[in-house]
Amino acid sequence: MFDSNKEKPMEKILSMQGITKRFPGVLANDHINFEAYKGEIVSLLGENGAGKTTLMKILYGMYSKDEGEIYIKGKKVEINSPKDAIDNGIGMVHQHFTLVNPFSVTENIILGLPGEKATIDLEEAKNKIKEYMDRYGLHVDPDAKIWQISVGEKQRVEILKVLFRNAEIIILDEPTAVLTPQEVDELFKTLKILREEGKTIIFISHKLYEVLEISDRIVVLRTGRVVGETTPDKTSRRELAKMMVGKEVIEIISEEPPELGEEIFKVENLSAMSDRGYLALKNISFTVSSGEILGVAGVAGNGQKELEDVISGVRKPVDGRVVLLDKEITGKSPKEIIEMGVGRIPEDRMEAGLILDIPLYENLVVEYFDKPPFSKGLFLNYKEIKSYAEKLVKEFDIRTPHVNVITRTLSGGNLQKVILARVISREPKFLIASQPTRGLDVGAAEYIHERLLEERAKGCAILLISEDLDEIINLSDRIMVLYEGEIMGFVNRGELPKEEIGLMMTGTRKEALSEIS
Amino acid sequence: MRFPKFRLEKRPSPPTWLRIAIPFIAIGISFLFSAIIILLAGRNPISAFYAIFYGALGTRLGFMETLVKATPLILTGIAVSLAFTAKFWNIGAEGQLYAGALAATWLGISHFSLPSPIYIFLMIVVGFIAGSLWALIPGFLKARFKVDDVVTTLLMNYIMIYMVSAILEGPWRDPVTSWPQSIMIAKNAEYPKLFARSRVHFGLIVSIIAIIVVYVIIKHTKLGFRIRATGANAKAAYFLGINTIKTIILTAVISGGIAGLAGVGEVAGLHFHLTENISPGYGYSGIVIAMLGGLHPIGVMLAAFFFGIIITGAEYMSRATGVTSFIADVIQGITLLVMLAMLLLYEYRIRRVE
Repeated sequence: MFDSNKEKPMEKILSMQGITKRFPGVLANDHINFEAYKGEIVSLLGENGAGKTTLMKILYGMYSKDEGEIYIKGKKVEINSPKDAIDNGIGMVHQHFTLVNPFSVTENIILGLPGEKATIDLEEAKNKIKEYMDRYGLHVDPDAKIWQISVGEKQRVEILKVLFRNAEIIILDEPTAVLTPQEVDELFKTLKILREEGKTIIFISHKLYEVLEISDRIVVLRTGRVVGETTPDKTSRRELAKMMVGKEVIEIISEEPPELGEEIFKVENLSAMSDRGYLALKNISFTVSSGEILGVAGVAGNGQKELEDVISGVRKPVDGRVVLLDKEITGKSPKEIIEMGVGRIPEDRMEAGLILDIPLYENLVVEYFDKPPFSKGLFLNYKEIKSYAEKLVKEFDIRTPHVNVITRTLSGGNLQKVILARVISREPKFLIASQPTRGLDVGAAEYIHERLLEERAKGCAILLISEDLDEIINLSDRIMVLYEGEIMGFVNRGELPKEEIGLMMTGTRKEALSEIS
Repeated sequence: MRFPKFRLEKRPSPPTWLRIAIPFIAIGISFLFSAIIILLAGRNPISAFYAIFYGALGTRLGFMETLVKATPLILTGIAVSLAFTAKFWNIGAEGQLYAGALAATWLGISHFSLPSPIYIFLMIVVGFIAGSLWALIPGFLKARFKVDDVVTTLLMNYIMIYMVSAILEGPWRDPVTSWPQSIMIAKNAEYPKLFARSRVHFGLIVSIIAIIVVYVIIKHTKLGFRIRATGANAKAAYFLGINTIKTIILTAVISGGIAGLAGVGEVAGLHFHLTENISPGYGYSGIVIAMLGGLHPIGVMLAAFFFGIIITGAEYMSRATGVTSFIADVIQGITLLVMLAMLLLYEYRIRRVE
């Protein structure tokens, strides 16, 4: 069961038997049996919606199970709240952090801890925290306020919080989604130390190579069921992908374009403020040509959102210009920008890309319902709108019973297809796609990638913003790396290995790469 | 002993039949509560309720009075309903009604010698504009500066109502009776009666036209699309190219204008002069009616008619059984509360956490 060269006691610390959870219309967990041993890193692998997070939320007391039993160290337990879970030695690091922004790192870690005294000795707590930091390689300034620290550091605080509560079983829900390759390495070092100390790590992920790298054991979930269990030395990426999806998967990788066309889109000396009032984009300039995909790589929160907002027309820049085919679009309204032929696939598909509570057919024309043939004079032409919507549903394989459904009822992948259909069907000259496949299952992501490459082949200039560095590397002809609102450099296809791009994402300029390596 | 814990869980796709059933259940529950109050007052609730429906529907006179009461309620109901569709929380239909009434009175007591149809048309136009302008202020403040519309629309009611009082106590005080009410409007400015031996007036036609117009706007026009989109998610609507500022202001203006027409009707169709209490809260009832009608024009019309029944019937009941007619307000209030609670349960369901 474990690496043969490692002598480990086989103490079963956790056993979940026959766990079943029904959500309206979905069987999220279907009689799942899951076990974990002391001192191992076990991965829960599966696509979005496979039931990984649901299972772990049941273990952590955030969901109530419909059926099944949980045993900790052989003893049956009832876990009805996160407090019960913590009392049973279970800790969870969530995908979305649960930290108090104006508080310091130390304050966040000790927040809610039971104490005998009415007063808090911050110094004493700080010393203890420092001890933990050194032991596990989880370094953060204990006096820094949460809003001042990076995403990777916030995650370390979350792990410290869990360790401080004496967790024996530590659940990490997609912990690498927000990290750079270097930060992932650091995290893995920490996880290995924890394993040596006899902690049990449950690692939730859908990234195959990470799972293969870190796990002692891999449990694969699909549509709420356990479909396989294996160890890294007995399997491969290809086999895991097949288990996870249920069919062969082809990774879509773009090829060198025949030749670049004219320059379509240009950003010059652009600066913009963030909502929090600091300069999030600092004097950046780039161009995108016809038939080119320019990928924007960077850790979340380094100016990508502000760049998207400025180009989409929902944020006014403080300086600089945005130009589409020699026409200025700087500071124009979303409506004007749409009309000038910019296609926008926004990061926030639920709150910007779609209006969820109107019918599907209206969402498919919402950006141009006021143009013929969809309307005439003051009135809408529903006949035209619906037949157009039906055409798009067919052409883009949007899974829906009919076009009259309320948009909210569609699944994540289909919602993204709705946006894609609406945008691409207008044959934009320039397309900005931000996190186009985040949270989508492999099949839907594959489809989106294919369609983007098709648009590129037609001569569309595409700006692709993504936190998934693999997606950027696979699709882009050129990569622009953003760090704290500045461009660290442009990387041509295949010019640099992934690790070097990772270094640029953490603030090393391209010119300086040779100096540190 | 541990108490069972409950929590609210969002329903993925709430059943349609439930949405239609909710107003009826809400009305049923509010009648139950009212029955308790009537019982506590030592009267028989069955005979009281019978009196309400008999008084409102059982006689020709009663039925006509129900229509008279429904006339302004349809207008304030549809005005609020339109505003709520855009999530412009117009609590100010009462003030907008008074604005319309004030403007129409001003035109009416000027005694122009105009042909009646033209005079009436002008009354409607002026009343609509006055209501619009009164709603424009909070609409603009919300759209442009994100000032809370519930507060502004509500407070502007008081400004308008006290302004009307001030005018009636002062410059417009009836010189003959010296009551705080205006003199009579010109005969040729009065709405025609629709039926002989009744007070039902042309305002009912205006109300029905308003229902149809709002229905067409919402369902079939570009403006309606913008209103619905803005109401469903203003941020997304703006991102997707809809001018949400303009949409909210336009919605406020149309909503206020329609509420203003309710005021015109009360002056030109019913009282023929302006008094301080020309509306016993029709603007506020409009909120309940809009919610009860599910923000749908047909639903609003039915809800307004129902409220017409309650108000007319409660007056009859009060005379016949001695139960105070304030029971009508109780029914309205409870209906709104139950309605809001039920709407929550429509979107969410209660789950027991074991």
